[in-house]
Amino acid sequence: MKIAIASGKGGTGKTTVAVNLAAIAQLNGKRSVYVDCDVEEPNGHIFLKPEIDSQQTVTNPVPVIDDEKCDSCGECGKICHFNAIAVILDSVLVFPELCHGCGGCFHACPKGAITESPREVGKIEAGRSYQVEASGKEGIGFIHGILNLNEAMAVPVIRAVRKMIPESEWVVIDAPPGTSCSMVATVRDADYVLLVTEPTPFGLHDLELAYRTVRDLDITAGVVVNRAGTGDSGVGEFCAREGIEILAEIPESREIAEIYSRGSVIINEDEGFASIMAELMKKVEKRIMAEQR
Amino acid sequence: MKELVIISGKGGTGKTSIAASFAHLAGNLVTADCDVDAANLHLVMSPVVRRATGFSGGKTAVLDQGMCSGCGKCLELCRYDAVSEEDGIYKIDKTACEGCGVCAYFCPVKAIDMVDDENGEWYVSDTAYGPMVHARLNAGGENSGKLVTLVRGQARRIAKDGDFKVILVDGSPGIGCPVIASITGADAILAVTEPSMSGLHDLKRVVGLAGHFGIRVLVAVNKFDINPDMTDKVLEFVKNEQLEMAGRVHYDIDVTLAQVEGKSVVEFSDGRAASDIRELWRNTAESLELEV
Amino acid sequence: MKIAITAVGPSEEDEMDQRFGRTKYFMIYDTEAGEYQSLSNSSAAAESQGAGIRTGELLSNNGVGALITGHVGPKAFSTLIAAKIKVFSGGKGKVSEIVSRYLAGELKETKGPDVNSHWT
Repeated sequence: MKIAIASGKGGTGKTTVAVNLAAIAQLNGKRSVYVDCDVEEPNGHIFLKPEIDSQQTVTNPVPVIDDEKCDSCGECGKICHFNAIAVILDSVLVFPELCHGCGGCFHACPKGAITESPREVGKIEAGRSYQVEASGKEGIGFIHGILNLNEAMAVPVIRAVRKMIPESEWVVIDAPPGTSCSMVATVRDADYVLLVTEPTPFGLHDLELAYRTVRDLDITAGVVVNRAGTGDSGVGEFCAREGIEILAEIPESREIAEIYSRGSVIINEDEGFASIMAELMKKVEKRIMAEQR
Repeated sequence: MKELVIISGKGGTGKTSIAASFAHLAGNLVTADCDVDAANLHLVMSPVVRRATGFSGGKTAVLDQGMCSGCGKCLELCRYDAVSEEDGIYKIDKTACEGCGVCAYFCPVKAIDMVDDENGEWYVSDTAYGPMVHARLNAGGENSGKLVTLVRGQARRIAKDGDFKVILVDGSPGIGCPVIASITGADAILAVTEPSMSGLHDLKRVVGLAGHFGIRVLVAVNKFDINPDMTDKVLEFVKNEQLEMAGRVHYDIDVTLAQVEGKSVVEFSDGRAASDIRELWRNTAESLELEV
Repeated sequence: MKIAITAVGPSEEDEMDQRFGRTKYFMIYDTEAGEYQSLSNSSAAAESQGAGIRTGELLSNNGVGALITGHVGPKAFSTLIAAKIKVFSGGKGKVSEIVSRYLAGELKETKGPDVNSHWT
């Protein structure tokens, strides 16, 4: 089962829910994997403190021109929709940072003068987290992608992370905030999406956008309301109107905020929170089973 | 004319609440909401839209089933898993299409067209504090970097034409394309962080990015009293990196209540957060020599 | 020789645009004929990325030998070097005034990019 945790707005507690949902599943005897696709700001590792046992770079195939074979016909510049190649007078200029790695120039070159060479845009690290005491298990599986600083395109890194996700009983995917291409690339093949929000006007506004995005992808979504008890009733009214299920409400709590700010797994330290997560896990599992039947 | 961009790296640190308060305190300026993925500033600035314009982020491939010969060339060439085939029928998934046009170029029967992908709107509005430029990206919309550039460019033009001295930009979270588009060429950024491991981690990434572009960085710690130890760590980082500390803001329920009322914090409340934000603004305006 | 000047409108009485890749117009001044022609850059300016590169190509295709503008980023600059187009920093003012200054030899040639990419 693949559960993506998303939120229209950042800072709603998305990572908190993702990390602790992975942890509670492990505690309940599932083989659980946490995957961080928020590659611009991956934070899950702060809480799960994984022992990394493998690392790989994510590369983008960018064109290299063989000047011997090139006759400056300009076809590569014509096919490139990203302006990563310009043919000026008799020289071919390549701007690798603009290249999306589509391979168009490579295929289009009539002289076979283009080869592709890998250019690093990010990294993936994988390992195991032993933050949860679960006997006889090998720890929570951990994978995260990291976009290199000064790189603009997160999607190739997300795509590479998704390819590494193992088949497992319980996979929790931490999605990037927002509703843009990065979020879509992350949640697109999830079995279920949990949208984490706050009961405030900002939270509601961004929840509406996120919900529409997920609905357009034809994925079932439920809502987790974080910091319940603050703000107003807008989120509840919206969910009732749209027929979206609220699967959990996490009360505003200074204790939770403090455990979070220290970078600890909250279910280990707060029983109330742990039981909310356990309940959430069961509900999500049921919904996915119903969906698959 | 000076342009200040408020960013946060991590979302939810109170960036937008501070931006709205700054607009109120400045009184007369141009504001731009460049957090186009999750634009919230309009919720507390009561803008009256003067002009709305459609936005197209890029191209997307559209396959004409009637013309398709079923050769499968598009499926073979697409590197974004956007083409699928079932019983000889080929389909292009718009949400996966990168807009590279390779399928259209190589389609032997020219059954694929690259069309403009309408995916949002941008607005020029009036607020009590001067003009505001903001945008709405459709669900799953691509290319927010381009939209950010557009919003900022428009704000600059309005500032220049109307002789406004300050542009205040509510930036995007993260470090990718929209953030780069939010900060390049700005006079300074105010990085709003919170005292948590995640907040500090993301602050470091954002400061690294600003360093790359040679932009001056001011730092504010929001909700600093939630975890004094972490606040100390943020301060230590600020000191070691020789950044400028612009202020700290108490945790205060009034910040949420102001949002519920659709108002900025300083307009709604005289509480602790409001007075901290006033001081933060004074420090920022003085340090950047903003003419307000 | 043809000289291109970034312009906010299609006339020599319009102000020079400080931007290169995102300029909407160029005024092309032909030094031999002593005449202006306007050239639209709207298609390159609307590019999601690489506007400066496409704009450089446009000038190259139009046989331009020198460019007067405000700021040029690194990718646009490499394109202009490849196109053998000299770049001059125009300061501020109307296109016609700036061309006069150019003809009087008062403008300085720019030897490298002076802003980061993504400059709006």
